[in-house]
Amino acid sequence: MAGEMKMRATLQGDVAEVKVLMSHPMEPGTRKDAKTDKLVPAHFINNVVATLNGKAVLEAQWGGAISKNPFLGFKVKGVKAGDKIAVNADDNLGNKFNGDVAVG
Amino acid sequence: MDQLRRTFLKSAGIAGSVVVAIGAGLLKSGEALAAAWNSNAFTAKSIADAMSAAGFAGATESKDIVIKAPEIAENGAVVPVEVTSSIPGTTSMAMFVEKNPTPMVGSFEFMAGAEPYVSTRIKMGQTSLVRVAVKAGGKTYMASKEVKVTIGGCGG
Repeated sequence: MAGEMKMRATLQGDVAEVKVLMSHPMEPGTRKDAKTDKLVPAHFINNVVATLNGKAVLEAQWGGAISKNPFLGFKVKGVKAGDKIAVNADDNLGNKFNGDVAVG
Repeated sequence: MDQLRRTFLKSAGIAGSVVVAIGAGLLKSGEALAAAWNSNAFTAKSIADAMSAAGFAGATESKDIVIKAPEIAENGAVVPVEVTSSIPGTTSMAMFVEKNPTPMVGSFEFMAGAEPYVSTRIKMGQTSLVRVAVKAGGKTYMASKEVKVTIGGCGG
């Protein structure tokens, strides 16, 4: 299923290491279907925003060269247990995905 | 004063590329500007063009950008890449695969609290340099690492 997001955030001191796994085909639009020999239309996550307690900490732009079922790892400073880290992602077809996790 | 001028020029540049993207029908006018996707950089066919469209033309080599990636990747469809910049004031980072048909892979902006570190998995069509460019204190830096690919990851 496109759009499912699994997140984990582990705290070391005041730095949270966040790992996000999204399920998405990440079709770059340049790949040919082996059976029909036609190009598979582009379908990839192109914008990702991560927030800490509602405030943006990371903004990413992606192309079709991010692997299928994208993995994103990042680190945020000044975090304490219980803080909320959320990720919002949009794909090129306008679908929106999101996930969040309490730092534990 | 100088800083203000820079900021202005930068935003003028961004606005310009959005207009181009709308003109080319790549963006619907309603969805622009939230975070204008840099289509010029993502569709560029050479690493030089992609880097320049992403604002990294003339980046200087730096040993303070560490790219962790396998020497040999058996499957080019999933190549783990981890990047840490220890250049003070790093605000953004972009990844490129020199020999991919469109070299730009992604870009990352670090805001309040985020450490200049990113870990992800990328597609590589063939053995190539993976290049990471970084912006810090108004300057641009870059580092590269070769990854040998056994089975390319662009044909799916």
